[in-house]
Amino acid sequence: MLIFVGLGLYDEKDVTLKGIEAIKNADVVYGEFYTSRLTGTHPEKLAQILDREITILPREEVEDGRKILADAEKRNVVLLVGGDPMVATTHVSLAIEARKRGIDVKIIHGQSIMSAVCGLTGLHSYKFGRSATIPFPYGDSVSLTPYEVIKMNKKVNAHTMLYLDIKEEPMRISAAVRILEKMEEKVEEGLLDDMVGVGIARAGSMNPSVKCDYVRNLKDYDFGPPMHVMVVLADKLHFMEAEALRILAEAPKEIEQMVE
Amino acid sequence: MGRRKKMVERVKHLMNYPDKIRNIGIVAHIDHGKTTLSDNLLAGAGMISEELAGRQLFLDFDEMEQARGITINAANVSMVHEFDGEDYLINLIDTPGHVDFGGDVTRAMRAVDGAVVVVDAVEGVMPQTETVLRQALRENVKPVLFVNKVDRLINELEVDKQEMQMRLAKVINQVNKYIKSMRPEKYQEWKLDASNGTVAFGSALYKWAISVPAMKKTGVGFNEVFDLCKAGNMEELARKTPLFKVVLDMVVRHLPSPTEAQKERIGVIWKGDKESEIGMAMLNCNPNGPVAFMITDISIDPHAGEVATGRLFSGMLKRGTELYISGTYAKNRVQQVGVFMGPDRIEVEEIPAGNIAAVVGLKDAYVGCTATTLEKMMPFEEIRHVSEPVVTVAVEADDMKDLPKLIEVLRQVSKEDPTLNVQINEETGEHLISGMGELHLEVVIAKIERDKGLRLRTSPPIVVYRETVQGISEVIEGKSPNKHNRFYIQVEPLPESVVELIKSGEVSMRMDKVERRRKFEEAGLNKEEAKGVTEIFQGNLFIDATKGVQYLRETMELILEGFKEAMKNGPLAREPCQAVKVKLVDVKLHEDAVHRGPAQVIPAVRQAIHAAILTAKPAILEPMQFIFISVPQELMGNVTREIQGRRGQVLDMNVEGDMVTLKAKAPVAEMFGFAGDIRSATEGRALWATEHAGFEPIPQAMLNDIVMDVRKRKGLKLEIPKPTDYVG
Ligand SMILES: Nc1nc2c(ncn2[C@@H]2O[C@H](COP(=O)(O)OP(=O)(O)OP(=O)(O)O)[C@@H](O)[C@H]2O)c(=O)[nH]1
Ligand SMILES: [Mg+2]
Repeated sequence: MLIFVGLGLYDEKDVTLKGIEAIKNADVVYGEFYTSRLTGTHPEKLAQILDREITILPREEVEDGRKILADAEKRNVVLLVGGDPMVATTHVSLAIEARKRGIDVKIIHGQSIMSAVCGLTGLHSYKFGRSATIPFPYGDSVSLTPYEVIKMNKKVNAHTMLYLDIKEEPMRISAAVRILEKMEEKVEEGLLDDMVGVGIARAGSMNPSVKCDYVRNLKDYDFGPPMHVMVVLADKLHFMEAEALRILAEAPKEIEQMVE
Repeated sequence: MGRRKKMVERVKHLMNYPDKIRNIGIVAHIDHGKTTLSDNLLAGAGMISEELAGRQLFLDFDEMEQARGITINAANVSMVHEFDGEDYLINLIDTPGHVDFGGDVTRAMRAVDGAVVVVDAVEGVMPQTETVLRQALRENVKPVLFVNKVDRLINELEVDKQEMQMRLAKVINQVNKYIKSMRPEKYQEWKLDASNGTVAFGSALYKWAISVPAMKKTGVGFNEVFDLCKAGNMEELARKTPLFKVVLDMVVRHLPSPTEAQKERIGVIWKGDKESEIGMAMLNCNPNGPVAFMITDISIDPHAGEVATGRLFSGMLKRGTELYISGTYAKNRVQQVGVFMGPDRIEVEEIPAGNIAAVVGLKDAYVGCTATTLEKMMPFEEIRHVSEPVVTVAVEADDMKDLPKLIEVLRQVSKEDPTLNVQINEETGEHLISGMGELHLEVVIAKIERDKGLRLRTSPPIVVYRETVQGISEVIEGKSPNKHNRFYIQVEPLPESVVELIKSGEVSMRMDKVERRRKFEEAGLNKEEAKGVTEIFQGNLFIDATKGVQYLRETMELILEGFKEAMKNGPLAREPCQAVKVKLVDVKLHEDAVHRGPAQVIPAVRQAIHAAILTAKPAILEPMQFIFISVPQELMGNVTREIQGRRGQVLDMNVEGDMVTLKAKAPVAEMFGFAGDIRSATEGRALWATEHAGFEPIPQAMLNDIVMDVRKRKGLKLEIPKPTDYVG
């Protein structure tokens, strides 16, 4: 059996009781921390609290999947994943591959960043369009996909959820805005100048940071330590969204002008 | 004022007048007398003493050069020559003739505008003569001809007057034939003609020369030359018609000044916009334009450290100038600028466009780079050497504590000599150096040991193989590790004509796209393929045959990275690939950029290409060599035995008097140690030279053994890989 356990967003206390139960009953517990990271804790601390040894898997092994699947054919395997396990597409394909081989698959959900963002900002979940990740540049070149996704979403008046890439360190909002500026330099469509966004840091923790402003200004705002995500707002807001942003995210007064 | 000081003043003065400058190279087949000529030009012009020049070969001052009697390093020198009452500054580069050091010739041709092609009157035009001429013409460097060793023709071959003239004419005709076939459009302008003075004849060793214009002044013609030579009175000839005067007159009169040359050469060596500020500045050799400095040589000076020498095509170099180095993100500050005065480098305040300059302080520079004051200048065309490394040795530091130093030294060595290929392996400490031949590597290693005080352990030389395909592959599906991206790849052999086109350097990804498409079509690619060419890499092509795939554009760079990795290490034995056409037939990409990053795309593409190669009749090519040997007839049998024992093949044989000259071809792998063996087989009486002969498939019967040999050496699994090892 293969059980995906979502660890939630921030620290070791975010895992559900159901998740803890599954971990206790498992024959082996693997952990994967490259698709998302719990910045409020360490895998060792988690292991200590749960009183289980956790084997951390490198990216290649999760993607390749063979070792996990072979294991899951014989015994109860738990794979710990930050956030909600099925947001990262890698885990979806692992789950499908397991089912194909006749392995029993269970998913124990965790808090997802999507719902946390709606909660922290007051933005309406039904108003979000496609999301995108801002990757670290590769050499000189930046991916323009996030820019295109924002553009498409704006056409249908939808917000864009921007996840930030993780390498050795998770990317921060200031870096993400600089990368957006690079994209703007390339495409020169001027979208960035009027772009309004909300930056969210440490969702799921007891001291998150939320700020709404022109995206360019967010670069200089001190959000504190990671994880960071960002939302680029649709051009028109529901009046409740605008009010929420004023109160929850210190939005500038001009935000009222975006109400449809 | 002292003599030397006076000369310094003249050089410093002249360098400001591009019309009064000639940048020239001396090129020839091995041993035809380049260094003897260069020495005696320097001495004649009063830059070094008569005693230093000549037999001692002053410019071959390195003890390795002295010991072997050949030039190994190109030498930069300069001299002042008076012509028609005016002073001229002649910057001269004496190049090596041995094929292993041909890279020096290629580089020198970038720095100069004209070349004196030297041909030994007795040996006549030789294969390397053709090669160096090609190198010059490709860079739009104008040739003049000096037929050397005429004394030997008269005194050793004992030809009569008529025969002498016939032989000289034959040399001119042959060189002209090459010019005509290599640069037909330039032939009328550059054709060599004794009567207009673009040819001179003489003896570099005995310091005399004649040419038609000189005859008119001195009255010394072929008759007198013949008689004085016969009489052993060449001193009189040297007095009446001195070598340096005749040859340097020819240089000043017929080779172009930088101002004149750059108008045409810039278009050949630089593909940027000629109408731009920098374009115009270079075309006009403008000292007030932005700095455009092409580095063609890096050497280590015991006092100043690293000295970068090259050609300044535009602007002014002075201390404190900050220069961007192409291909790096570095900006370096010039600490010292110098010009050559005779064989020495003298420091000057500033150097204007048109000169060959020596600069200290460019620590990130490498041979072949462009140094410029413009942040975004398009660099000069790459200096492409005609042949590739064919021999490799593994080196290790003898003493563990030298490990870090060896890595540093190897990096330095590869900066200085782009014809070397250095692979550093920090894990095993066993590094690989590949070069043009056995001698090339021997010299590099000896220099490291001598100049850097390192003791090295080296493996016996091994040849560099190439991997290629001889059939069309299936379409292979490559999946990224996260399985969210798929690449569909097909490979097949590139037609010979396309391989030739790529080798000629006439096509590049930087050139105009329409023009490139046309050239590829002419060479035999179909229209769709020619349009789809997205990368040219080490004689292989990547063709994008997909249509309208979303996100492909921003992923292409990673795909090409995967292509290059696949071509650098082929699937059979991790040797470089050659003449492979890789086609991207279709692609499926993940929506989100983070799921199609480098760690996903590069391995997927590389593995798909490798699997495809394995389904396309993969083959191994080995480097070949031509061998030219002259030997007394009675020793002929011993020579052919040597050749045949080395999987060699005699291609041509000519008898002249009691000497036989023979042309053969053999695999480089079998030629190691040939120098010693041929010496003992012929009591040291064979004269011989080699020339690269490209790559050829190894006999099928040897394929398995060779692949296993290489795999074993590299610590790879001892079996021929299967496509499923790469995609499964
Ligand atoms: N008889 C005669 N010998 C010459 C003449 N010029 C050069 N030599 C001899 O030819 C040999 C080769 O001369 P180099 O000047 O070293 O030839 P090179 O072309 O510089 O040789 P590499 O740089 O090794 O290619 C030497 O032994 C010279 O003395 C000449 O005009 N007459
Ligand atoms: Mg020489």
